[in-house]
Amino acid sequence: MKQDIILAGVGGQGILSIAYVIDNAALADGLFFKQAEVHGMAQRGGAVQSHMRLSDGTIWSDLIPKGGADMILSVEPLEALRYFDYLKPDGIVVTSSTPFRNIPDYPEVDKVLEAIRKAPRSVIVDSEKLAKEAGTVKAQNIVLLGAASSFLILKPESLLKTIDDLFRGRGTPVLEANLKAFDLGKSAALGS
Amino acid sequence: MPRQILLGDEAVALGAVHAGLSAAYSYPGTPASEVLEYLVRQAAESKAFTAVWSVNEKTAYEEALGASFAGKRSLVSFKHVGLNVAADPFMNSAITGANGGFLVVSADDPGMHSSQNEQDSRYYVQFAQIPGYEPSDHQEAYDMAREAYDVSERFGLPVLMRLVTRLSHSRSAVETRDARAQNGLKKGAEKDWILLPVNARRRFVRLLDLQAEMTRFSEESRFNILRLNDRDRSFGVIASGIAYNYFREAVASDAVPPSFLKVSTYPLPEKLIRELVGHVGAILVLEDGYPFIERQLKGLFGIAGKTVLGKMSGPLPASGELTPDIVRRALGREPLASLPASGLPLAGRPPQLCVGCPHADAFKALNKALEGVTGASVFSDIGCYTLGALPPYNAIHSCVCMGASISMARGASDVGLYPAVSVIGDSTFAHSGLTPLLGAAAANTDMTVIILDNATTAMTGGQPTYGSGPGLLRLVEGLGVAKEHIRTIEPLPKHHDKNVQIIKDEIAYRGLSVVVAVRECVQEQRKKRS
Repeated sequence: MKQDIILAGVGGQGILSIAYVIDNAALADGLFFKQAEVHGMAQRGGAVQSHMRLSDGTIWSDLIPKGGADMILSVEPLEALRYFDYLKPDGIVVTSSTPFRNIPDYPEVDKVLEAIRKAPRSVIVDSEKLAKEAGTVKAQNIVLLGAASSFLILKPESLLKTIDDLFRGRGTPVLEANLKAFDLGKSAALGS
Repeated sequence: MPRQILLGDEAVALGAVHAGLSAAYSYPGTPASEVLEYLVRQAAESKAFTAVWSVNEKTAYEEALGASFAGKRSLVSFKHVGLNVAADPFMNSAITGANGGFLVVSADDPGMHSSQNEQDSRYYVQFAQIPGYEPSDHQEAYDMAREAYDVSERFGLPVLMRLVTRLSHSRSAVETRDARAQNGLKKGAEKDWILLPVNARRRFVRLLDLQAEMTRFSEESRFNILRLNDRDRSFGVIASGIAYNYFREAVASDAVPPSFLKVSTYPLPEKLIRELVGHVGAILVLEDGYPFIERQLKGLFGIAGKTVLGKMSGPLPASGELTPDIVRRALGREPLASLPASGLPLAGRPPQLCVGCPHADAFKALNKALEGVTGASVFSDIGCYTLGALPPYNAIHSCVCMGASISMARGASDVGLYPAVSVIGDSTFAHSGLTPLLGAAAANTDMTVIILDNATTAMTGGQPTYGSGPGLLRLVEGLGVAKEHIRTIEPLPKHHDKNVQIIKDEIAYRGLSVVVAVRECVQEQRKKRS
């Protein structure tokens, strides 16, 4: 049993929090994992990605080879598209439809989404709308994690427990918003 | 044994703590910052040891060396180019030796994710002739850090651990063991530590005499693994550090993988290399960084009857970071099938200054002040403000190394460039800007130094800074800059016109001026609010 995931987004969108939740859930589930991330200069509003590898056996490389990823999980549609060459031919793309426009030449969103739909399996959720519905627009990353959760080899309760651990210290409203964001993302993905 | 989730950097740090660490020092730099970040957090909790952000890597190195002199186990960490700054005490500490165990952590950045070169710290290990470690994974990073302290005390030498970005910034679970007690105080011997020629000559001979024993240490290390494939003797692999992972990944489905030697310690385990080379016809050397092993293997004349492949001759690119895909290709394996690219042209998304960043307003004012001025040169430095090189600012003309903005502007001004402008952050100024400004002040050099005081070391995540606020102004004055040419601006849109005028006036002054742009980093402001 193994699963390789490319996490993608823009610096500041919270992909390291997604990674944190998956890492801890993997530890709780007794899996091996390696997760390579980007720090430093690229974090300043640039494209960021994290290679997340889960397995019940030895994991050698910290990086996923091209064509090796089972999933692209992206908080931003253009960033989902950037790593298509990492995806297996039958891999799945789980992405937000909400563009993060901090560059002058951002393509038309419809064309980006159309290109994403060319993947054999894709789940596109409106993370901005769902996060607002959950109570905070900041929870878009957790909406995406919820959307991906049904396709992960991790136990849902392990994911939820880590979200609980991560946000409990920030007060009940923040915790509840994030738990709701997870559920809304999950339902949206199953309904899409 | 408990399992903990750690970054590679943190695994080294925790290994050191569990080896009985008493003191750790560092200057922040990607990808090494998280070593001391972790130790600062641990020390705040346990109060059991000292963990300090130093003013620069040289002072950090000497502080750690002082703790070793006192008999305690110490650590210094920095990015690869930080070791250049600390090279003077580093080289000399191989002569003094270490008293308490001393671990030097140097994190290389192959591919230059966040650096100005991809120098390979293993050359420093060889240069100083000390033992070195190169972990492949998190568990090794932890285990090697623990072991390194024993090795350091066994040889009475500092030990260097080389990391690379991909391990420093990868997370995994690590099994930890109980902590060892710290050493007691025990001063080093004067005859070892006073490097007068009479002592240094004797100490150098001691270092040379240890080399054979160090090679044996490497040959016996459990971290070096030799596996010979008796069925196929045509080809074998020598892989070090992170490259070993890419090799094992590529051959994971082989019933019997090709013969290989995993190299994890330095000096090179000669006996193991001879065994592998004797067993196979062609050797592919896989290493992330420079062709350090490959070059030694080939020497000037190569190995008779053998083919050595790698970065110098063969299938690996000489520059850039290794990846599983590059290694796979080098091993002659087919690439994995992947989804075809979408065909949609993808706009790049380079890093950029944050919305509301004070540097943005400072660059806007500087650009306006220099509008229509021909021949202006803006020498910049290392920090977030290096992003002033990118559109829409296009505001700087050089960025070389810590502090070079001031010294290079001085040199350019000395030979006639006008106007010569330096742009340097407060932390970088404290690190390496004081000394060149002292010299420029003594000569009243015709140049304008703009110090961007955002009260933090921002690019690496907000570590403390030592030259900020009123103290910075006193420092500048104390260095000998004329008081009337030390000007302060607040880089905000509402002060733009005033700021432009001040910069223009100081550029027009044909002597040394310092303009300090004071406004806190927006990321730090945000952290304080939440």
